[in-house]
Amino acid sequence: MKAGTPSRRGFLRGTGFVAVGLATGGTIIFAPDYAWALSTTAIDAHTAQTLLVVARQLFPHERLGDQYYAAVVDAVDKQAAGDPGVRKVVTEGVARLDGARGIPWIQLSNGARIAVLKSMEGSEFFSTLRTATINNLYTNPLVYRYFGFEGSSVEYGGYINRGFDDIGWLPSS
Amino acid sequence: MAKTFELKDDSVVVVIGSGAGGGTLSNELAQRGVNVVCLEAGPRLTLADIVNDNATMFSRLSWLDKRIGSGDLNPTLPLWVCKTVGGTTVHWAGASLRFQEHEFRVRTTYGGIAGANLLDWPITLQELEPFYTRAEDKMGVTGTHDIPRLPGNNNFKVMAAGAKRVGYTHVHTGNMAINSEPRDNRPACHQIGFCMSGCAIGAKWSTLYTEIPKAESTGRFEIRPNSMVVKINHDDTGKVTGVIYADQTGALHEQKARVVCIAGNSVETPRLLLNSESSKFPNGLANSSGQVGRNYLRHMTGTVYAIMPGRVNFDRGTQMAGIVKDESRHDPSRGFAGGYEMETLPGFGLAGVATNTIPGAWGVDYAKIIEMYDHFAGMWLVGEDLPQADNRVTLHPTEKDQHGMPVPIVHFKDHANDVAMRNHAYKAGTAIYQSLGAQQVFELPPFPNTHNMGSCRQSEKPQDGVCNKYGQTHDIANLFISDGSQFTSGGAENPTLTIVALAIRQAEYVAGQLTKKEI
Repeated sequence: MKAGTPSRRGFLRGTGFVAVGLATGGTIIFAPDYAWALSTTAIDAHTAQTLLVVARQLFPHERLGDQYYAAVVDAVDKQAAGDPGVRKVVTEGVARLDGARGIPWIQLSNGARIAVLKSMEGSEFFSTLRTATINNLYTNPLVYRYFGFEGSSVEYGGYINRGFDDIGWLPSS
Repeated sequence: MAKTFELKDDSVVVVIGSGAGGGTLSNELAQRGVNVVCLEAGPRLTLADIVNDNATMFSRLSWLDKRIGSGDLNPTLPLWVCKTVGGTTVHWAGASLRFQEHEFRVRTTYGGIAGANLLDWPITLQELEPFYTRAEDKMGVTGTHDIPRLPGNNNFKVMAAGAKRVGYTHVHTGNMAINSEPRDNRPACHQIGFCMSGCAIGAKWSTLYTEIPKAESTGRFEIRPNSMVVKINHDDTGKVTGVIYADQTGALHEQKARVVCIAGNSVETPRLLLNSESSKFPNGLANSSGQVGRNYLRHMTGTVYAIMPGRVNFDRGTQMAGIVKDESRHDPSRGFAGGYEMETLPGFGLAGVATNTIPGAWGVDYAKIIEMYDHFAGMWLVGEDLPQADNRVTLHPTEKDQHGMPVPIVHFKDHANDVAMRNHAYKAGTAIYQSLGAQQVFELPPFPNTHNMGSCRQSEKPQDGVCNKYGQTHDIANLFISDGSQFTSGGAENPTLTIVALAIRQAEYVAGQLTKKEI
């Protein structure tokens, strides 16, 4: 992580993440316990932080740690790095979230955050984030196991001997 | 083994597309001693390229060249079909059902229905039966030719138990072109799941590893992958003489031909005819009727998911694992003409369930629904939709693809009959799951179209359609329609078996005509 010189460091209010802004414009976000880190190149610390909360707000699963949602932000950052249009949508979307109630969106109450997101349902920002969350959260094999989706089976010989017909609760008539 | 033909060889039959229609036709012709060049727009994969990952295989197999959907269709992905050697037989689920007798006589049986462009087929079930039999044998269809049916998985057992409770009696694990025991040098199904991402062991019939290599072994067949046909040429007498295609680099070539057979699926087939306009045929080839591209069919479809009281793991095993056939009859007392099938279908993984269960949904309530993933059961509803003249494929006036060919516009709007049937089917599917105590039931709108038919239909009279009962175009004797585009109507059944049966029949006809020097 020698992408640049830290220009700012501090606890982000409301969530406990540690964000390190980089002079290159990117950022590194650490989990409160430093169990994982996310580095971005195209989006700044505040945007990354906000997107992480947006992803969880869209599909909130208590069983999933933030690192899985951070992977969504990572994917959006990569998209934004390759496509200025996406970068603009994301940056402007976060600005709209923040502008809705006069204080940064991530500092709003849960109910207020939902209400603001709801008001943006038809926007390109919203659909971009919703699609990105589905495509990067629910396609993660580490996430599958929390939901009982078993993923690739061919390497285990399929389910012919592994319970394809093991249902036990059906009534007999 | 595999032969190559020269571009200037004008003795060959050129087949465009290598799926259920084109792949089968190619092999059947080659087996009869005819030289065939098959031009396939997509690349040639092997079983090693097939992995159990929906997203990877979607991008590896799908036809993603630009198409514009309008009406009720997804605007950017109106169809879900394949661009690869083997065509959509790599992706298909394997359901192999014969059309019913009345489905070849829809105008006679259903009568005049406002807004519908109904027409009887120029062929009867009786005429097609011997070819259905050969198709089932070729494909190894379970429940035919003494081939045992597949065992039912959990998702089937749920559907079957519920169907029994609501009083349905025609319920079984289907007629599937998936080996239930080793056959034709292919193994039996391992209940892997992911059938529609391609069968990684080749237990499911696909022309990719059946018809294509068999044709190659005759020494009379060449397949050219990555070859996108953009135009069909003709001479002053109106006979077709060859095709122009773009290779992988985009370079154009002309392959000469004695006969041209088009099997590009029901958007590409009319698109190619329309794009082959000339001063002699200003409205496109084989289009004196004005019917090319019209009467496009995609089946009435819908999906029902349910959260059941216990674990189902609906993605374990064969995706289309069984069927309820009771509603496939024509019974106008239900409020619509024609019928529909109910077939199991799982959710295309976690991302598929999140995307499709309630389109556009999000938030804590929806997250809780997704958390019930392993309790989901699911079925697909598929029934006859009615041909309508304005449901059609046209060419975009200005927008072109990477080969300079106009982008196709696919327009489809449900007929009132389609809507009435879908609503009936939703209720029937919901009742099945509710009879077992489903906690929540979801009625999903149609996915992008997988069953594409009708856009160059067969007709007795040349003014009513594009081709005759052999798929031979009314206007041009050496030009054939060889895929589902030639369907006069859609039936309630998954179309592939009928496409294969028609291809076998067409091969016999074409070979005979060549021998008699009629074409």
